Amino acid sequence: MRSLLLLWLLVLLVVPLTAHAQPSADDEAAIELLEALDVDSFPAKGEAIDAIVASDDERARGWLQALLDGRLQRADDGRFVIVLDNSGRDWPVEDALSGEDLGEMSRRDLDRIGINNALRNQLRSVIAVVDLYSPNVDQRRTSAERLLGEVDEDLAGPIEALIEEEEDARVRQRLTLALAIHRLEQGDIQAVEHLDGSLHSSARIALNRATSSDDEALAQAATAALANIEQNLRLNRAAETLYFGLSMGSVLVLAAIGLAITFGVMGVINMAHGELIMLGAYTTWMMQQLLPGQPGLALILAIPAGFMVAALAGIAIERSVIQFLKGRPLETLLATFGVSLILQQLVRTGISPLNRTVVTPEWMSGSVAINDALSLTLNRMYVLGFALVVFAALMLVMRRTRLGLEVRAVTQNRAMARSMGIRATRVDILTFGLGSGVAGLAGVALSQLTNVGPNLGQNYIIDSFMVVVFGGVGNLWGTLVAGLSLGVINQVLEPWAGAVLAKIIVLVFIILFIQKRPRGLFPQKGRAAEG
Amino acid sequence: MNAPKASFTPRRLITAMLAAGALTGGAQALADDPIKVGILHSLSGTMAISESTLKDTVEMLIEQQNEQGGLLGRELEAVVVDPASDWPLFAERARELLEQHEVDVVFGNWTSVSRKAVLPVFEELNGLLFYPVQYEGEESSENVFYTGAAPNQQAIPAVEYLINQVGIERFALIGTDYVYPRTTNRILEAFLKDEHGVADEDIMVEYTPFGHSDWQNIVSEIRRFGEEGKPTAVVSTINGDANVPFYRELGNQGIDAADIPVIAFSVGEQELSGIDTGPLVGHLAAWNYFMSVDTDENYDFIDAWIDWNDDEEAVTNDPMEAHYIGFNMWAEAVRKAGTTDPDEIKDAIIGVTVPNLTGGYAAMMPNHHITKPVLIGEVQDNGQFDIVWQTPSTVAGDAWSDFLPGSRDLMADWQAPMRCGNYNVATGSCGGSTAAEEAEEALAEE
Repeated sequence: MRSLLLLWLLVLLVVPLTAHAQPSADDEAAIELLEALDVDSFPAKGEAIDAIVASDDERARGWLQALLDGRLQRADDGRFVIVLDNSGRDWPVEDALSGEDLGEMSRRDLDRIGINNALRNQLRSVIAVVDLYSPNVDQRRTSAERLLGEVDEDLAGPIEALIEEEEDARVRQRLTLALAIHRLEQGDIQAVEHLDGSLHSSARIALNRATSSDDEALAQAATAALANIEQNLRLNRAAETLYFGLSMGSVLVLAAIGLAITFGVMGVINMAHGELIMLGAYTTWMMQQLLPGQPGLALILAIPAGFMVAALAGIAIERSVIQFLKGRPLETLLATFGVSLILQQLVRTGISPLNRTVVTPEWMSGSVAINDALSLTLNRMYVLGFALVVFAALMLVMRRTRLGLEVRAVTQNRAMARSMGIRATRVDILTFGLGSGVAGLAGVALSQLTNVGPNLGQNYIIDSFMVVVFGGVGNLWGTLVAGLSLGVINQVLEPWAGAVLAKIIVLVFIILFIQKRPRGLFPQKGRAAEG
Repeated sequence: MNAPKASFTPRRLITAMLAAGALTGGAQALADDPIKVGILHSLSGTMAISESTLKDTVEMLIEQQNEQGGLLGRELEAVVVDPASDWPLFAERARELLEQHEVDVVFGNWTSVSRKAVLPVFEELNGLLFYPVQYEGEESSENVFYTGAAPNQQAIPAVEYLINQVGIERFALIGTDYVYPRTTNRILEAFLKDEHGVADEDIMVEYTPFGHSDWQNIVSEIRRFGEEGKPTAVVSTINGDANVPFYRELGNQGIDAADIPVIAFSVGEQELSGIDTGPLVGHLAAWNYFMSVDTDENYDFIDAWIDWNDDEEAVTNDPMEAHYIGFNMWAEAVRKAGTTDPDEIKDAIIGVTVPNLTGGYAAMMPNHHITKPVLIGEVQDNGQFDIVWQTPSTVAGDAWSDFLPGSRDLMADWQAPMRCGNYNVATGSCGGSTAAEEAEEALAEE
């Protein structure tokens, strides 16, 4: 296979890319090539792919890409087509040979040319080699990345030549690394120097193999380089765990911060808090349904919409249930628990018991690579940032606005506040609406991390109460610190205790902590403490 | 007699008589008392996500059967109860179905713990239960028909595929912390070590709580586990909802199926309908049916399902096919026995063979499990699976695993004269084994 690749490369090197004057193999030959793909055995398909690569047909890349995506199919009449969109029952297709638009075909009349992971690997490598010569820098970067650990004798020469010509530093660095890995596998001791300090896994794998080499000098050099890398890796792992912890913590903070207002400040035990989060998540889904094709915009619009929906639902709960149960925490708990079940079943019967798909916009998927061993997932980074923004905004509202002042006054001494002319009932409504709205915001963020279904809220209600109680009831800073530190503790424990035990340890820790300091991390002081 | 009448051959006469019979039979069906079919699936609570579609499936099958004139000239009537994902309530509802509604057969349950809860009720009241979900095995009851896969029809062939076809040498067994993943992983560990000589350090086992949503650490551990240079795969028994955040995290941390494939036993089309599958292309699932199976029976079933739901996006999955098979087997047994009496059905159904949706046939074995083909599918970007491998023939379900010490010698055979669910071939006695207790003890030790 590699020699075929080389052949392909040589042709490409000799013929400048722009020279599409190269006569394409006529359609008969092309059909023969494609027909070889339409067999049951995967190894035979692999050979057919090599034949296509060697054929030097200019449509080859398109075919290979379509094959990789599962869109290269055969119609009942034997024609090869490329499916443009494979959702629904009828699919728009075009002719694989002429590129002619063939309208829509039923999936019953189409046979997909299936591939498996081995072929997928082969196709990616083949396409990567082709793309090394692409004028597009991004394509070259992806293909250079792909070739790490995949370079062999045949490819080494052309790659060396390419490094000379390459303008992009990143591509050059990747190709050099790929070449060094190949040389190390050949037993070249100089290559160890190139790999020393590289955190990339294929470099580590190559060094690992080299440590058991017969050549003692090489084995020693590799061992030394590995020890170096290992130390560096430990630092990266610590940073990664910290990030995991902060990210988990930010989810806890988001889920709990609304509760910190309704439970912490107002003293209402609202068991339907989780369902308010769920409403926020469903609002995100709804917005994406309303704005098809624009998941990013829909997500941004879902932030105010989710707030409003959850706030209104919260106010409705406050007016219809909670206001009649003031000062009766047990009854409030039971009543709001009932409300939570009603809301869940409403969603189940009204929308569907199945999870809804919330699309993650392009700019939120994937991760940013800090270095080869440490990359931070983007969606969680956004959620972390969002949690901090929500917290800051909430602090501002409570500290710097009239509403915040009134809320604090009413919760500290209701009778006194009323006698000063504050309309306590209105403050109750607004506060509860604010806390519920923030729960809705949490739902918008969670829709990007977990599944949006009727059970979404249940998974977070216990954690939310835990964070608020641990942080100190009535203290927003406490909620922030408690959430983040519980997240970090959990993630530090998880690797050596396992997920199940880590959770139990954290719960036990909180129980012991509350025994010692019943008012949490940051107990309220002074007059506020009496309320 | 005119000339045209001469063409009225005996065969035509018979056809006409049969048609007339079917018509009158259809008319009678409305008159007589109906055959009652109980449906015991959660419509509320956490399991509603999976079970509510199964209720719809059985209702659809009943309607289709009624359109064909019912059974034995009687109409079928669905009796639906909602056990609300509450295990003890399953037992109460099962009792209600059998005692109050006097149903002739029950289709139901999803989780193993709910099945264990209703088992004594069905045995006491001599009801019939068709259980459609893949499960951990180590059970065979006279009153239960297991139309889902036993471990040897899913987990074992899947791991063999990984070893033989993909060349995997390192395994991460990741599961939710309850009985099905723990038993399956115990069987798999024994199988990998004893049959394939996989070393201890090449097996990583990790359990998570139910509804686990923070997969960052585990996914990063899997990534490191796979960076040792040996081909690595994840065998996932993660249950239900927790799969969505798991796959999301995999995609975001850039773990590609070509590097570390994940093979899942609980992820079907329905679970995937909650995620964008673009980053998951190539990850695997092992089932006995996929929606993408290219047969006319399957397309008919899908089209009927889409029409029933009036939803173009409606998906079908493996447990639905299991109900399809189970329902048709029961109907066939009723026709064969000429009655719905449970004892008669129990005898009549063994050996009954009906078409499955994958172009073959399923037969009811004496151990109350059925024969199934095992399919391995790769996730596609449209949320479907592309079948990349399947067993050359169907595999008969084994109630008692051959890879666990306690159950190796056991077999189930509900035919006369044996009539035993746990016959010990070593001691030659029925119920002579304490396999279940041994398995539980082994679990407790872990």
